[in-house]
Amino acid sequence: MANAIATAHEHDAHHAHDEHVVLPQHLHHFETEEQQREAGTFGMWLFLLTEIMFFGGMFFAYLLYRNWYNPAFVAASNQLSVKLGAINTAILITSGYAMALGVYAAEVRKKQMLVWTLIATTIFGFAFLGVKTVEYKEKFEKHHVPGASFDVKEFVNPAAFGLKEEPLAPDMAQKTQIFFVLYFAMTGMHALHMIIGLALLFWLIYRANRGDFSSGYVAPIENFGLYWHFVDIVWIFLFPLLYLINKHVG
Amino acid sequence: MMSAPINNNTIVNIPDQRTAKMPKRNYINNEHGLLSWLFTADHKRIAILYLISITFFFFIGGAFAGLIRLELLTPQPDLVASDTYNKFFTMHGIVMIFLFLVPSVPATLGNFFIPIMIGAKDLAFPKINLLSWYLYMAGGTFTLAALVLGGVDTGWTFTTPLSTHYLNTHVITAATAIFIAGFSSIFTGLNFIVTIHRMRAPGMTWFRMPLFVWSNYAASILMVLGTPVLAIAIVLVALERTIGIGVFDPTKGGDPLLFQHLFWFYSHPAVYIMILPGMGVISEVISTFSRKRVFGYTAVAFSSVAIALFGFFVWAHHMFIMGVSNYSALVFSLLTMLVAVPSAIKIFNWAFTLQKGSITFETPMLYAFAFIGLFTIGGLTGVFLGSLGMDIHLTETYFIVAHFHYVMVGGMLMAFLAGVHFWWPKMTGRMYPESLSKLSALTSFIGFNITFLPQFILGYLGMPRRYHAYPAEYQVLNVLSTAGATVLGVGFTLPMLYLAWSLKYGAIAGNNPWQATGLEWQIQSPPLTENFTETPIMDHEAYDYEWLENKTAHEVTTVG
Amino acid sequence: MSAHNDAMNTTNPEHAEHHILGPGTYTTIYVTLLILTGITVGAAFIPMGVLNPIVALAIASVKAVVVMLWFMHVKYQSRLIKMTVGAGFFTFFVLIMMTMSDYISRAWGQW
Repeated sequence: MANAIATAHEHDAHHAHDEHVVLPQHLHHFETEEQQREAGTFGMWLFLLTEIMFFGGMFFAYLLYRNWYNPAFVAASNQLSVKLGAINTAILITSGYAMALGVYAAEVRKKQMLVWTLIATTIFGFAFLGVKTVEYKEKFEKHHVPGASFDVKEFVNPAAFGLKEEPLAPDMAQKTQIFFVLYFAMTGMHALHMIIGLALLFWLIYRANRGDFSSGYVAPIENFGLYWHFVDIVWIFLFPLLYLINKHVG
Repeated sequence: MMSAPINNNTIVNIPDQRTAKMPKRNYINNEHGLLSWLFTADHKRIAILYLISITFFFFIGGAFAGLIRLELLTPQPDLVASDTYNKFFTMHGIVMIFLFLVPSVPATLGNFFIPIMIGAKDLAFPKINLLSWYLYMAGGTFTLAALVLGGVDTGWTFTTPLSTHYLNTHVITAATAIFIAGFSSIFTGLNFIVTIHRMRAPGMTWFRMPLFVWSNYAASILMVLGTPVLAIAIVLVALERTIGIGVFDPTKGGDPLLFQHLFWFYSHPAVYIMILPGMGVISEVISTFSRKRVFGYTAVAFSSVAIALFGFFVWAHHMFIMGVSNYSALVFSLLTMLVAVPSAIKIFNWAFTLQKGSITFETPMLYAFAFIGLFTIGGLTGVFLGSLGMDIHLTETYFIVAHFHYVMVGGMLMAFLAGVHFWWPKMTGRMYPESLSKLSALTSFIGFNITFLPQFILGYLGMPRRYHAYPAEYQVLNVLSTAGATVLGVGFTLPMLYLAWSLKYGAIAGNNPWQATGLEWQIQSPPLTENFTETPIMDHEAYDYEWLENKTAHEVTTVG
Repeated sequence: MSAHNDAMNTTNPEHAEHHILGPGTYTTIYVTLLILTGITVGAAFIPMGVLNPIVALAIASVKAVVVMLWFMHVKYQSRLIKMTVGAGFFTFFVLIMMTMSDYISRAWGQW
């Protein structure tokens, strides 16, 4: 076998796939559709790795400052509504459930079911952002947004505001700002990911309705599903870390 | 006609120039017009786009280096004010690191050759590849904007609270540039990893891949896992500056060292992002010009991965004098020594590859020799700096400047030039002028040493970095350094000129001028848009020169 | 020459058959997640001292793993994907642990 850069005649390694109909979405530089699909999934997972590290920096900041300024974190966390947080968690899980069903619908080529599950995913996504808006608005009104207008009076003198909290010393009360910085940075970055996801969902719904994903080409739906579930997972950690720090005291 | 070269001093084997013709159809003339380049999805064309743009930014960064050296010619601050000097070294650092060194080998040579070396038609995600070039250009545009608007003077490290509270320059513009350029690098890395896992030709097992692919794979892992941490650190700096969130502000309870941890968590591995692909180039060049399989192939392959892995455990050695815990510093110092092991494995294996090889001294090989020597000096001084006691004395002096320039310029840039010369015939189909390029390689090597060797001494004597004035007794060494920089500048400008010249007037190279074994040398130069007419099957190990000889012999018999 | 003769890709650690999960599985997972959310809220109101954040994080981790294994199909993916996910969390823990090594020991011997 001297001339070793031989050529694969008739793609003999891929007889197993000869019965497949070549889809228009199949890109020329992939040997098989399977290779293309697995490359897409792998690429999406690598992207999610970068997301883990991106949020990871903020999670570390949270871990550090919560250990340093625990009283401030407890008091500031008690300002968040567990009820709204829990409702939002349920909403987001429901949205993820709808998305999972959407992936199933695409895989078994049910066009109507796919479109409706994607619409449900979108609706629950917006519901989540709606609740988040209500929460953010309250923080603005109470001057709990970090920056020039940030005010610690509720933490220094909680009794005057009808709160049962222990009052914080002024220097520790200042540190509540760090909590709210992390709260806004983390939930804000999470919300930004949701907004990007919702924009993509509109595009996916349009294409699903056109029938793009009902003939065996499911990669965009599956990969978007991975993204959407990742956003869920971030929230699954954010909820106990931000809302449930110390509910059992006071 | 083929087989062993007649002249023992060279392995260059190019076709008879009277009859030779460039291939009629190739990736360059496949389509025409500017738009066919700007909207291309061909990895080879994107590599060329990258090559042009990083060359542009290299000379911008180089211009700032020249200005810095000019100011340091005399002890007095006579060329520019101190603020302007701060902007000079900041722009030099930002441009050179984020816009030149990080994308240099991966985005140009890696982009061009990784798919071909593993027998694929393209990268896994051609459109994302193009997107990453546009992101790079956007990052470059923001950098230029920061420059034109009046510069930025934080140093490339964006040290808080200096960058967040005390400076009134265009920090956010520069931060945006780095954020965007970071995503360009993430997408390149992601694309390489998926391509190397998913697109290998039949028979191309992991241990048949050229070492260039291995080293780019290791660097890609660092890009994907490290860069996002830089991104979030940069976002937090921007938020701190704009609305004063206090996360890095000690007056509000934040910890400035947290920024350092996040920043160096990326920026130390980033050093390996820069150097690893260069090491891959050196493996290819050393093997080709000593006609031997790389000694200890498996060890060299795994040492790349080991460098990438250890790279995540050593970052705090940049912070020894910043007030980190002594105990933690001790751990980081010990872990830093670990990185020397895989680096030494590479150096020794290259040396053993050379042993009893049929060595010839073409330009890429000259650059590779420069790399081995200079990188060894740079790496070993890194061990000095990694040990706690020495670091306290030497950090923030010119010693550290000399150290990382030995690694980055003496190592990486030499490797980049080695790679560009090595693959130039494949990329363009034409040879560069050999004697002129040898001269310029020599010029670069001499100029480099005159520039940076004095800086080791300056640093050891205690001259701090980042000052534009210094005591008069340091002037002799500084003049020497500036003189060397001038020579170095000539050494780096020459290749650009003669490589441009060779595009039209260079000798036609033929498929395999170096008689190298990689898959990229078995196809026409310049390659077809689809790289291979038929999917190749890899049935031999990497760097198998016997296989190549048999193959050429077989070709002769079939033709004759 | 054996690697590319494996036409069905059965021995390739980077390959897994495309596995389709049905709505039944998804519903089970969905209900599990809702129950776990309820438990997490409930547990937060029970005084457990230092265990409170640990329990909260443990439940969150279980939820995350459940989402990854079934909603994100990691259970049915190739070893390559499983390792990729592992690599992400590994690097995240390196970031946390190595940085914490500084913060924890910074005041040692200084009181």
